[in-house]
Amino acid sequence: MLKVDNVNVFYGHIHAIRDVSIEAKDSQIVSIVGANGAGKSTLMMTIAGVLKKSSGSISFDGELLPAEPHKILAKGVCLVPERRRLYANLTVRENLLAGAYLRKDKAAIQEDMEEMFSLFPILKQRFKQYAGTLSGGEQQMLAIARGLMSRPKLLMLDEPSLGLAPMLVQQVFDTICNVRDRGTTIFMTEQNASDALAISDYAYVLETGRITLSGSGKEVLENPEVQKAYLGIKQEQS
Amino acid sequence: MWNYIEGILCLALISVISVLGLTVFTGFTGMFSMGHAAFIAIGAYTASILTSKAHANFYLALALGGLMSGFVSLIIGYPTLRAKLQNDYFAIATLGFGEAVRVILENLKITNGARGLVGIPARSTFLNILLITVLLTIITAHYVYSKYGRQSVAIREDHVAAEMMGINLFTVRLRALFFSAVMAGIGGGLYAHYVNFIQPSMFTSTQSTTLIAAVVAGGMGSITGPFVAMLIFSALPEILRVADMWRLVAYGLILVLIMVLRPQGIFGYKELNFKFVKRWIKKIRAKKPALPAEGGDA
Repeated sequence: MLKVDNVNVFYGHIHAIRDVSIEAKDSQIVSIVGANGAGKSTLMMTIAGVLKKSSGSISFDGELLPAEPHKILAKGVCLVPERRRLYANLTVRENLLAGAYLRKDKAAIQEDMEEMFSLFPILKQRFKQYAGTLSGGEQQMLAIARGLMSRPKLLMLDEPSLGLAPMLVQQVFDTICNVRDRGTTIFMTEQNASDALAISDYAYVLETGRITLSGSGKEVLENPEVQKAYLGIKQEQS
Repeated sequence: MWNYIEGILCLALISVISVLGLTVFTGFTGMFSMGHAAFIAIGAYTASILTSKAHANFYLALALGGLMSGFVSLIIGYPTLRAKLQNDYFAIATLGFGEAVRVILENLKITNGARGLVGIPARSTFLNILLITVLLTIITAHYVYSKYGRQSVAIREDHVAAEMMGINLFTVRLRALFFSAVMAGIGGGLYAHYVNFIQPSMFTSTQSTTLIAAVVAGGMGSITGPFVAMLIFSALPEILRVADMWRLVAYGLILVLIMVLRPQGIFGYKELNFKFVKRWIKKIRAKKPALPAEGGDA
């Protein structure tokens, strides 16, 4: 579905993404784990078209993705940016409507909104509340719901668990699984490696702009290097 | 006495037109321009050359002056907005642009260089200035409450979110810049035909700063605010004439006081329109009879 091939991204002289190739298949959860500054968000922003790649290609459903963010969204690739980026002084409903900005089919938008409420029951209770008054977890749910309102085929989540309490993290990941089960491919970055890897169908480890490891979520989770570097599990001395 | 007041009002209303344009670009789209005097200058020069040298119709000349400003705004806007310059970076680019336009006007033959254009026909009267101001205010309000305006506000509030929702930052910002430049150009044309003489040194960065100050002091995201603020800013130096040499100090003090007492501006994010007045009257009426019954309403 999504195919990133040998992509390089520079910030001035800094080489942030080096020859990264990744792939996401239909209805999978694919995650990228890595430390701060590894280039996770950079990669996301590049796929979404906010940053320009200097070389390489990104294709989606066999077609090359256009260069501008709004055209990429129209193709069905939606990024839920880091820190959620909700409109704090709009209500939950208005935020959801904003997510359907590119769509013209009013009846279907209404239907989708109902569907969002069944997917995220908490949002139905908060329907008329300002997005800024929601708790962190609810805001993340709303951000994901807003992303889904554009009916994307691929939903990219940049650090969905950022700043959430451990209990809420589980809740957010559960909903991500639900979204995947509806048939939307998920591509996410996480620092919270253990939880993210547990639900991932495939995972990549990104270090200083390079993919150093890849495999199914379980494989990566069980890799001793990953355990040492990201999970804080000490190797047993033998 | 009326002539004196009329003169001040005319100049104030002309400034209001330019401020309305900047309101769309700064107050609603969130981009700071420090070079709007250049657009006023381009509009003023275009319109006056058309009327005094080509004997064109005054209103046609005004419109063409506005369009010329708009056209130039596309030239400066295209590279800067395409490169996604924001905040101070964009402000510095426009600051440089404003000065560049002034220097170009000083060196062109058709503009008569630094000596300026003389003998521009006096076509701006109080009546047509007032009518044009009212008309342009209505157009601005329609722009702001249209789809375009809402796109602008979405970008002002959070450009990352707006971009992720599929709003094209570049076109929306360029459209707002074009609109504000056209407004500034029309204001410039009216100004030239009111004072009958223009020279490049009238359009300095001081004027750009005054426009920005009016938008910020009047309130971002409001049309009423900058409108009122510009009227006040134009009238203040005259009212403060009694303070004699302390005039400019008092002017500065009032600006500082506005920012300290009302950081969101006089009308920050609010409008004085029919809806607001209606709600306000309702509030007063509701308060009088039943005080205890109200209150717990959130």
